[in-house]
Amino acid sequence: MADGRRDPSDRTGGSEPAEDDLEDDGKATKAASALSGRLEVSIAETEKRNGKNAVNMQETFTVYLVETRPTEALAEGRNPAPDSLWRRYSEFEVLRSYLLVTYPAMVVSPLPEKRAEFVWHKLSADNMDPDFVERRRVGLENFLQRVTSHPVLSNDNILYRFLTEEHGWKEAVYETGFQDKADSRLRALSATFRVRNPDKRFVDMKHYSDELQSHTSQLLRARARVADRLYGVYKVHGNYGRVFSEWSVLEKQMGDGLQSAGHHMDAYAASIDDILEEAEHYGDQLKEYLFYAEALRAVCRKHELSQYELEVASQDLVSKKQQREELATGSVRTFSLKGMTSKLFGQEAPEQREARLHLLEEQISEGEEAVKERRAECQVHVYSAWGDVQRFRQQKDRDIREALIGYALMQINMCKKGVQMWSNTKECFLKM
Amino acid sequence: MSAGAPRGLQPVTEATHPLSAAQEAPSPASEGAAGRHIPSGDAEAALTNGTPIETSSPASASSLLNRLQLDDDLEVDTLDLYASTETRDLFVTVDDPKKHVSTMETYITYRVSTKTTRIEFDLPEYSLRRRYQDFDWLRMKLEDSQPTHLIPPLPEKFVMKGVVDRFSEEFVETRMKALDKFLKRVADHPVLSFNPHLNAFLTAKDLNKRQGLALLTKVGESVKQAAGGYKLRARPPEYSAMGEYLDTFNQKLGTMDRIAQRILKEQTEYLVELREYGSVYAGWSGSEDSLRRPLEGVAGCVSTCCGAMEDLSESMSQDLLPVLREYVLYIESMKTVLKKRDQSQAEYEGRLEAAVIRKQEDKTPVPLEVEKCQDRVECFNADLKADWERWQSNKRQDFKQLLTGMADKNIHYYEKCQSAWESLVSRLQEDQAENTNDTDCD
Repeated sequence: MADGRRDPSDRTGGSEPAEDDLEDDGKATKAASALSGRLEVSIAETEKRNGKNAVNMQETFTVYLVETRPTEALAEGRNPAPDSLWRRYSEFEVLRSYLLVTYPAMVVSPLPEKRAEFVWHKLSADNMDPDFVERRRVGLENFLQRVTSHPVLSNDNILYRFLTEEHGWKEAVYETGFQDKADSRLRALSATFRVRNPDKRFVDMKHYSDELQSHTSQLLRARARVADRLYGVYKVHGNYGRVFSEWSVLEKQMGDGLQSAGHHMDAYAASIDDILEEAEHYGDQLKEYLFYAEALRAVCRKHELSQYELEVASQDLVSKKQQREELATGSVRTFSLKGMTSKLFGQEAPEQREARLHLLEEQISEGEEAVKERRAECQVHVYSAWGDVQRFRQQKDRDIREALIGYALMQINMCKKGVQMWSNTKECFLKM
Repeated sequence: MSAGAPRGLQPVTEATHPLSAAQEAPSPASEGAAGRHIPSGDAEAALTNGTPIETSSPASASSLLNRLQLDDDLEVDTLDLYASTETRDLFVTVDDPKKHVSTMETYITYRVSTKTTRIEFDLPEYSLRRRYQDFDWLRMKLEDSQPTHLIPPLPEKFVMKGVVDRFSEEFVETRMKALDKFLKRVADHPVLSFNPHLNAFLTAKDLNKRQGLALLTKVGESVKQAAGGYKLRARPPEYSAMGEYLDTFNQKLGTMDRIAQRILKEQTEYLVELREYGSVYAGWSGSEDSLRRPLEGVAGCVSTCCGAMEDLSESMSQDLLPVLREYVLYIESMKTVLKKRDQSQAEYEGRLEAAVIRKQEDKTPVPLEVEKCQDRVECFNADLKADWERWQSNKRQDFKQLLTGMADKNIHYYEKCQSAWESLVSRLQEDQAENTNDTDCD
């Protein structure tokens, strides 16, 4: 059914004119308030589509309807029709990797999982499963709301265009060249290096992100096992339903009571499906923080990298300065091959020495410039990263607390249901 | 007498019986002690003539009842003939197990306490210690002396060595409860409770197991003799229906037992995972600052739920499973009685047939022993039917109590968990309000 509609994968380069005020790096110029203050963002619908992928193979995928409304209008009591456009999960992925590269100091909120993980066995792991798609819709909406309310990310122009321009967005994001940066940064990050003077705050933060990841993943795993077992406990009670109703046939006085008690037991066994389905939301909340741990670690790692680059530059400068010293005074403090050769082949000509000195001077000033640049970069990173990490911590504390309260409320609900169902069953037994 | 068999079967339904009398009209309380039939050594008479059961003076009985029955379900069920028409005047309890170790053997004794207003007892109260084999002796004597009655079952005698520890607290406790149930059922039975063997069991310092009352075993023996290959000509359909009922009910009990065991297994596994789950929260709380309290709170709630689940499983295995077992054994006893009845009918039919043939040959009247035999069948049928009704009624009461108990335990479990989570939520919401106030102040 979807083929007739706009197919996101089938888009050609009919891009709209780029906005005039768009800068090369994609950062918006004005430091306005968060986008969420101006736009209300939601994902209203999902749709299954068929289309051809890059290698011309038929594929089925889901698209999500991103809706935006100006909050100003809402505040004035008007209720304008929202601007809406369809996006695929893969486009969200592009958006996020763009944000990650462009804002190395920011804790960029994660996307919902690509494939269902840490689920109890009864839950479908199929990406086209309606429940999975719905949970992903909620996750993607959450992602958009997080980035649009982020003090820095929300001002990004590419993000704005992602929300408002159906066509041309992809071209615009690739024009920023973020992919090259992403590749080089990935190489740099994956290389092993050791920072000499690590910043204790970031070391602690990295340690914390490891812990957050391990605790949330342990919790998710344990939760899935608990759900499996609970499912078993409920379902086995369903057998009572059958045996009561078979037994009721034998009995005169007890018959009716047994029969209806059996129905209640059936209902009890069936109730677990909804309970566990509902509990998946809590799982998703935890998962977000499991993935957040990775984002947090990326910020720490990038800090280490810029620190490392600063240290390398400084080291370089120091050695250059030392060489100049040696050349100027003509003394060789430490034994070196160069010292040996000059002793063996005689002193070099003064003009040669002069030229080398000059070259060194130039290199030193370049080096000093580089160090200054690196230092500034590092400081900016530290400053903004630390700020965003603090913001993240507050958000995390608030969210997890709310998630725990929600979880407790869900447990209360389950207990109430249990009490209700067993009370109904008891009524039947009392009639026997 | 042309049609022997129908004549033999006809009166069965009309036969008056102590129990049917009891159902129709509770005998006046004014009858008092003087009006009682006391089973003397004449056991035969006691069986055939019946023994009125409303025997005690009402005042003492009711006071006894009040004193001892407080815990029991006093709800008067109009549907339940037996609970409302029988006045209890014999109360027995089995408790306080003790281990005895001697050079020869190690065994457990249980305290058997009796309180009664019956005049067959010299004292109003007795308390003595009995071991399992004494109960076994009593049951054997009851079965021998009152073959027409359903004797309640004892817990299994043999336990698999190595699998079950005979001296474990759990095993002794379960067995004690089963023995208590057995003795209470005998003491509540309108006929069995007057059996002299029971009296001896409850009162004699030493049980002289050999002595017994020889007279009483006669009936049992005669029934045993009648065993043989004789096929019943016409077993009345009601007894066939009983047999079928027992078979099907036995199946259902088996299924319920399996379900209950399976639930226990699932709950145990759930408990293992739940504990693990709770400890993950506790572990996480260690690496957080402002989330420490909420996470610890959840860990605490999960641990409360673990405790509640443990209690639930324990009470299920202690309450539900033994009753299911008891009824499986009860069905065995019931089947034995049904078989004996068939034998007794078969003996009568056999003798009658022989007599009819002889009568055709030499015109002699039906001998007295054949008529006696017929009486026995009638008596058997009446006893059996009365016991059957009684058993059905008990069964209904027992399962009603058992299943409502099961529902109650589950309700209790959920309520416990619910209150733990509710107090956590209110704590967390308070904290949350405080936190937002703090940030507002900042």
